[in-house]
Amino acid sequence: MQDHETNPPPGAETRRSGEVLLEARGITKQFGDVRANDDVSLVLRAGEIHALLGENGAGKSTLVKILYGALEPNAGTLHWRGAPVRISSPAEARALGIGMVFQHFSLFEALTVAENIALALPGGTPLRDLAKRIRSVSQDYGLALDPDAIVADLPVGIRQRIEIVRCLLQEPKLIIMDEPTSVLTPQEADQLFLTLERLTAEGCAILYISHRLEEVKRICHHATIMRHGKVVMECDPAQETAGSLARLMVGSAVHDLKRGAQVAESAPRLELRGLSAPPDGPFSVALQDIDLSVKGGEVVAIAGIAGNGQGELFDLLSGERRAQDSGAIVIDGTASGHLGITHRRRQGCGFVPEERLGHGAVPGLRLSENIVLTRHGTGDGLVRGGMLDMGLARRMEQRIKSNFDVRMSHDDPEARALSGGNLQKFVIGRELDRTPGVLVVNQPTWGVDAGAAALIRQELIDLSRQGSAVLVISQDLDEIFEVADRIAVISRGHLSPAEPAVQLTRERIGLLMGGLEEGQGKAHHAA
Amino acid sequence: MRLELEKRAEHSRTMAVLSPLLALLLTLVSGAIMFALLGQDPVRALYTFFIEPLTASWSLQELVVKAAPLILIAVGLAVCYLSNTWNIGAEGQFTFGAIAGSLLPIMVPGFETPLTLPLMLLMGIAGGMLWGAIPAFLKIRFGANEILTSLMLVYVAQLFLDWLVRGPWRDPEGFNFPESRLFSDAAILQPLADGRMHVGALFALLAVIAMSVILMKTLKGFEVRVLGQAPRAGQFAGFSRNKMVLFAFLLSGGLAGLAGISEVSGSINQLTPVISPGYGFTAIIVAFLGRLNPIGIFIAGFLLALSYLGGEAAQVSLGLSDKTTRVFQGMLLFYVLACDTLILYRIRLTRTFAPSGKEA
Repeated sequence: MQDHETNPPPGAETRRSGEVLLEARGITKQFGDVRANDDVSLVLRAGEIHALLGENGAGKSTLVKILYGALEPNAGTLHWRGAPVRISSPAEARALGIGMVFQHFSLFEALTVAENIALALPGGTPLRDLAKRIRSVSQDYGLALDPDAIVADLPVGIRQRIEIVRCLLQEPKLIIMDEPTSVLTPQEADQLFLTLERLTAEGCAILYISHRLEEVKRICHHATIMRHGKVVMECDPAQETAGSLARLMVGSAVHDLKRGAQVAESAPRLELRGLSAPPDGPFSVALQDIDLSVKGGEVVAIAGIAGNGQGELFDLLSGERRAQDSGAIVIDGTASGHLGITHRRRQGCGFVPEERLGHGAVPGLRLSENIVLTRHGTGDGLVRGGMLDMGLARRMEQRIKSNFDVRMSHDDPEARALSGGNLQKFVIGRELDRTPGVLVVNQPTWGVDAGAAALIRQELIDLSRQGSAVLVISQDLDEIFEVADRIAVISRGHLSPAEPAVQLTRERIGLLMGGLEEGQGKAHHAA
Repeated sequence: MRLELEKRAEHSRTMAVLSPLLALLLTLVSGAIMFALLGQDPVRALYTFFIEPLTASWSLQELVVKAAPLILIAVGLAVCYLSNTWNIGAEGQFTFGAIAGSLLPIMVPGFETPLTLPLMLLMGIAGGMLWGAIPAFLKIRFGANEILTSLMLVYVAQLFLDWLVRGPWRDPEGFNFPESRLFSDAAILQPLADGRMHVGALFALLAVIAMSVILMKTLKGFEVRVLGQAPRAGQFAGFSRNKMVLFAFLLSGGLAGLAGISEVSGSINQLTPVISPGYGFTAIIVAFLGRLNPIGIFIAGFLLALSYLGGEAAQVSLGLSDKTTRVFQGMLLFYVLACDTLILYRIRLTRTFAPSGKEA
């Protein structure tokens, strides 16, 4: 371990002057050959919303886990209100007054709100008293919650409130929030920001992890930017532009996408006509009467908050689940709802699912074998008389690797050895390599660093400009506005009509995400 | 100081080969300790158990006779386990294959043609497939756990055999012993040498070669691996999980049935209440010890066959219980599974972090 430096990084002097709550000095954490945190120092002050910025893999999660006691650093010290402390478990962190709201909720769907919260608190509080406290605290902070509601019935935005209220009940001095707005509509996010302001006014400190730069600029007082495990910069985000913050995160300028002219309108290549499907599990979403048409030469995006039927729609589009009515899915004029995925691939379709490992690729198989996974039936000559031609698969792997800039430490590794961004480039490259006539991609750049994301988005646009129909399902509005010619919004299994992207505002999409036009007045949480 | 298991980026090829050897070594060490506790000289006991059976021609032949059914069953089971289908009932499929294959020589003893033996073998395979199809059907249709159903069917098959040889199929000239009539010459697999070794050993060899090709070179083998490792990705590739369950059970059941009829036709020459020293269960250990790889299974089959012979030798010359064999087999499986952890993880000795000091 090298000696620890105490020189503040550039920009550290422009600070609010609240009391220092938690200070991390020289935190280093090693995982195998990777140094996830390298001499990281961080000062969190009362009354301050402190943004922690960085790409995937920059070391944010590791740092946060160390602050919350879930990981032990190899070197470095933590100081709480000036005194050195050792936080060796989340319980100890909570005892100090550190609370955390996780990106992925840890709630039991079959239990009520109050029961879920009771599970996280030290035992002994009668459920009825707790319900009373939940009501008063949640009302106090404008986070209305019904303690008796069953979690499974609640929309995602409300579920996050449970996590926040659960955290607030422990009266924390410091709250760590991991990508809190990634599952919220713009309106729900605004509500959250009001709560955060109120908390900081009361002297609470907030460590806010996000890669939504506009929102960081808007609400955060101070930002620490990490890259490759190190702190590269501290700054006041209000003084920066989203572009300058992105440059600091990525370490180089992110190129703007070239949209190119849309080619002349062609016939619809992928059509959904009144596609409906019952839920296929207890927590799955029913799809209701979905109409959509994607023409050759255009990119259509489906926006929506996670869990509103995107996964179910993808499974029906790919043929992993067959549609009840074969005419509900029409590919290049052929009714295909009853056809399986291999058949649809032969019709010229390519599919990229949301989950890379375990769905789009088999973690323990080599990349060349993962090529066989989706291309064994597409007439590429990989299978002859039941026998595999692995030599050809390896040549295809080489081609995809160089065409799509897939970086790997040695030749033809197992899929699990690739980083998220590189694996995604491979999984998308594997389909683009056959120039599919119809491409359906679910969350194309989820968890992918900015450089790889830009490359992937450009490839999607380019494919459509060659005359293919591209359907992108995404939660990321920035991405949708970058790539889409037309946008539809999915909300609880309903799909809004696709409208030209230039005519849509974020506000309107936010309202649609909240279920504004589902009809039947179900839009109770959109207000 | 503490030990930590650290995940490797990819699986380690070296450890995949070393793990079974390490397991074998640990088994021998534990065995030596066990012998010492039993008051035996560990070196002499291990020699009797593992080396002595290899020193005579008759016992080497016996080794092949015992290894053949183990290998035959285990290559089928490997396909099951690779595809994440848990057939624990090979012993039952072995038994039912033996019963089905014995229909001809017992019910129609006068049918002695060159066709007799091939028909018996085919019926044995069909019997094993039928017995394997039951848990497959129950899993596909009702989602019943195949571990339980296939295991329970072992006892059904064994009791059925017991009833047959004590009842309808008892040899009328057998002095009331619970045994079927002896098979005629046309119904017996020919010996390969002058001892007990018979043609069944060739079936095992053929199965190893065929399964190597299928698993390594064909789309079917690829399908087996994909569905076993990532069912969701298998679905994405257009492979059917249900068809795979049926395929795996039919294949492993058929091979176990072939092993069953070969054992009866080649070694026992009649049906008796007990026709197997637990080959179907021991083959599970063989499959895992052989890394679910046909070549590995070939080697592991001989090793486990040796544990049977060693157990007999230990009984005769050391006066130890024949349960010693089971103990050795159990320890071996335990250590194999434990050592397999090292294929995806490495052990690291980490120094505990001291909160006051900056240097770890």
